Amino acid sequence: MRAGPRLSRRTFLTAGVAAGAGLAIGFCPGGDTLAAAAPSTEPFAPNPWIRITPDNVVTIIVDKSDMGQGVLTSMPMLIAEELEADWSAIRVEQAPAGPEYVNPVTKRQVTGGSRSVRNSWELFRKAGAAAREMLVEAAAGEWGVPPEECRAENSTIVHLPTGRRLTYGQLTDRAARLPVPQNPPLKSPKDFKLIGKRLARLETPPKVDGSAVYGLDVKTPGALVAVVARCPVFGGTPRTVDPTRAKAVSGVRHVVAIDSGVAVVADAFWPAKLGRDALDIVWDEGPTAAVSSESIARAFEAAGAQPGVVARDEGDVLAALGGAARTLEAVYTVPYEAHATMEPMNCTAWVRADGCDLWVGTQAQGFNQQTAAKLTGLAPESVKVHTTLLGGGFGRRFEQDFVAEAVQISKAVGAPVKLVWTREDDMQHDFYRPTTWNRLTAGLDPSGALVAWTHRLVGHSIAARALPAIVKNGLDPSSIEGAYNIPYTIPNVRVDWVQKETGVPVGFWRSVGSSQNAFVTECFLDEVAAASGRDPYELRRTLLTKAPRHAAVLELAATRAGWGAPLPRGRGRGIAVHESFGSVVAEVAEVAVEDGRVRVDRVVCVVECGTVVNPDTVEAQMEGAIVYGLTATLKSEITIAGGRVVQSNFHDFPLLRIDEAPRVEVYVLPSAEPPGGVGEPGTPPIAPAVANAIFAATGTRIRKLPIGPADLRG
Amino acid sequence: MAALQIRVNRAEHAVDVSSDTPLLWVLRDTLGLTGTKYGCGVALCGACTVHLDGEPVRSCVTPVGAIGAKHVTTIEGLSPDSSHPVQKAWVAEEVAQCGYCQSGQIMSAAALLAKTGAPSDADIDAAMAGNLCRCGTYQRIRRAIHRAAARAGGGR
Repeated sequence: MRAGPRLSRRTFLTAGVAAGAGLAIGFCPGGDTLAAAAPSTEPFAPNPWIRITPDNVVTIIVDKSDMGQGVLTSMPMLIAEELEADWSAIRVEQAPAGPEYVNPVTKRQVTGGSRSVRNSWELFRKAGAAAREMLVEAAAGEWGVPPEECRAENSTIVHLPTGRRLTYGQLTDRAARLPVPQNPPLKSPKDFKLIGKRLARLETPPKVDGSAVYGLDVKTPGALVAVVARCPVFGGTPRTVDPTRAKAVSGVRHVVAIDSGVAVVADAFWPAKLGRDALDIVWDEGPTAAVSSESIARAFEAAGAQPGVVARDEGDVLAALGGAARTLEAVYTVPYEAHATMEPMNCTAWVRADGCDLWVGTQAQGFNQQTAAKLTGLAPESVKVHTTLLGGGFGRRFEQDFVAEAVQISKAVGAPVKLVWTREDDMQHDFYRPTTWNRLTAGLDPSGALVAWTHRLVGHSIAARALPAIVKNGLDPSSIEGAYNIPYTIPNVRVDWVQKETGVPVGFWRSVGSSQNAFVTECFLDEVAAASGRDPYELRRTLLTKAPRHAAVLELAATRAGWGAPLPRGRGRGIAVHESFGSVVAEVAEVAVEDGRVRVDRVVCVVECGTVVNPDTVEAQMEGAIVYGLTATLKSEITIAGGRVVQSNFHDFPLLRIDEAPRVEVYVLPSAEPPGGVGEPGTPPIAPAVANAIFAATGTRIRKLPIGPADLRG
Repeated sequence: MAALQIRVNRAEHAVDVSSDTPLLWVLRDTLGLTGTKYGCGVALCGACTVHLDGEPVRSCVTPVGAIGAKHVTTIEGLSPDSSHPVQKAWVAEEVAQCGYCQSGQIMSAAALLAKTGAPSDADIDAAMAGNLCRCGTYQRIRRAIHRAAARAGGGR
C-alpha cells in the first residue's frame, strides 16, 4: 500500500549525521511492480537535479529554499513535466551547497528576487527532457528498436508497436552510459500534464502534524544551545563583560566573546537565555548612539535639496515644468520595516578540524558556505549546508549574520551549537526595509494632461553592502526600481537618487525598492488625477497606451472591483498598478474609514505573471503578499532612538491579525510568456491602493506610512 | 531538583527541569516535541499554542510547574495520523505557506471547534485573533475552519 505524501521522519532525523542529506519529502513507492526484472544496479543521475534509482524512485533535487512560496512543489513540476515522471511517486530532496547549484542567470545559489521558477524555467525543463531522451534511447537499445517507436509516460518507457514496457528504474545502468543531450526537445505547452495544474503542495502534510523541520527544530546529537548578547546600538562593542552571574545559571556551560557580542552557551535554550539576560556588560555604544528617527528625517530632507545620481532623464523637465499651466509638488516618506519572520533567526553549526556542517533555514547556501569557510579557514567544499524549511524568509534569511555567529560559537566551544535568537533579538537586529524620503513634482498643460514628472529619492543602498556587483554607474537598482521605470507615457521625466546611510543596517525586504516606490509613485499619480479632475483609473488607462500588460491587469481589476459603482459615505476604492520581478499586478482596495480607523474590507488583485506553473500557489502568494504589505501600510514601523531600535516584540510591532484581514480575490491573467516572479509582486500595489481609497473616502491625502489616526484627520 | 511529572499526549513524563521553565521549552528541548513553535516568548503570537485539558494556552508563558495533573496536548498528539478534521481541512484548503505558525493556528482552531460546532466569521475572528501569521494565510484559515466545522458536524 502506498502511504500518502509525507515528510520522511526517519530521513530527517538522520540528516543530523548524514552529510549532504537534508529535508526529503515525497512518497515511498511500492517496489513490487519491479520485482520481476531489475537488471539495473546503479543510480542514473544525468545532472545535479535528477537521481533515478533501480527501485524506480525518481528523486528531484531542488536547489531553492521553501519559505512558503511552494518551490518544493513548483520546481519539481518543471522537471517531472519533461521527464514524464509519475508525479504520485516522486521524491523531493533539498540540494546541498555547491558549484553545480549556482544558477546560470544569477551566478549565485540563493533564493530571492522572486526568481526560483523564473530563472530555472528552461534549466529545469531541459534537465528533465535530457533525462527523458536518455531513458528512451536506453529502452530502444535494450529492445533493439528505433527510439521513435518508444514513448515516455509515468516513469516507464513504452514500445508503442508491441506495448512492451520498462520502468525508468530498470533502465538506469544503460541510460547512465549514454551521452547527455545538450539541447533536448522541450514539450509544447499544449501537451503539459503538470504545468498549469492546481497540484497539491508536497510539503503541506508535514506542516499540519508538527513533523515539518525548521531550523529551530534540528536535532543534532550533543548540540548545545547559544543565545547572544549584542549591543543594542548598531555598531557598538562590549567595553567590559562580567560573566559571573551568567555562569551561575544552572545548565550554562560557556560564555564566549564573538564579533557581534557575547554568547552564552548552555544545555538548552532556557538556561542559555537566562544566562544571557544575567550577563553584566558595559557597552561602548559608538557613534550611532546619536542617531534617531528625527535626525534621520532631517538628514534625508537636507540631502533631498541636492541633486542626485540621475536614473532617468527624458525630454526637458525644467522647460516643461516652467511652461506648465499648473504644477504639483509633494513629499512622501516611508519608514524602516522589520521582516519579522515568525521563526526567529537561528542556525546550528558544527565546526571541526576537518569540516563544518550547517543546519539552517537559509536563502543563500552559497554565501553560507563562503561565510563559514572564511571564519574557519576551511575550504568552501568542506562546509556542508543542510537546508531546513524556513519559518518565513522575505529576504531576511539571505543575510549571513546568524550563520557567522553560530560558526564562531561552535568553533570557540568545540561542539555543535544551535544558535537561537529571541524575538527581541530578531526585531532589534534586523536588516531593515530602508526608510526613504521623496519629493515629486508634476506639470500639467492647459488641458490637464501630464507633461512632466520629477522624482528625487533619498535613501539607503542595500546592494552597496549586500550585493555590490549589482551597483552600476553609482546607482543601486534595488533602491530605484519601480520609481525610474514607471510605465506611464509622460514626455518629460527625471528621476534621481541620493544615497544616504545612517548606521541602521538595511536589507532586502519582500519586493525591495518596489515596496516603497509603488506607494510613492502610485499615490502621486492619484494626486495628478485629482488635480486634473480625472478619474484615477481613467487617467492611468490613458497613460498606459504603451504598456499593454499594465493596461490589461488594470482594466480587469477595475471591472471585477466594480470601479465607479457608488459606495456609502465613509467608504472608498483606490487603485494601483505596479510591475516588479517580471510580473504586473493591479489591486483595487475598498476601505471604510470610521472613528479615525481604516478597515480594508476587500481587495481585488489581478496578476499577469506569464506562464503559470501552479495556479493555487500564485493565488496564495498574492493573498499573502497583500497581508504582508498591509502590516506595513496600516500597523507597524521601526523607529530609532539613541541609535537603537525602539520596537522589540509584537506589542509594539503588531502584525495584521485575522480580524483585520480583508477578503482578497485573485484573478490570474492567462499568458504564454515565460513565467514572471510570484513571491513579491503582490506586495507593492497594496499600500497605494489603500492610501488612494482613503482619499476617495475622505478627501485626505496620505503621504507617509504607516497610516495612523493622525494621518486620517488630514 | 526533583523531577516533575507531566502528562503529554497521553504519556507520562518525568522531566528534570526547574519548575519555572516555560512548558514550551520542556516540550521542545526536553521531550523533543518540536511541532510546538517559539515565536515571541510573551504570548503575543500564538505559535506555541497547546491544549491544557482541552483549553488553548500559550505554552511560552506557562511554567511547567503550574500545570499539575492537567493533560497537555500538542500538535503531535492532536491525532495519530493527521485525521483531525482541522488538519484535513488545512490540507484541503492548502492553508500553510511557510507553515511555521500553523501548529498554533491548528491547535487554536481545534479548541474553537470543540466548543463551537459551527462558528461564524466573528467567532473565528475572536478565537483566532491571537494567532499571528506573517505569510498572511488568514483567508484560508477562515475557509478551512468552516470546512472542518461542516465535516465534523456532518460526518458523525
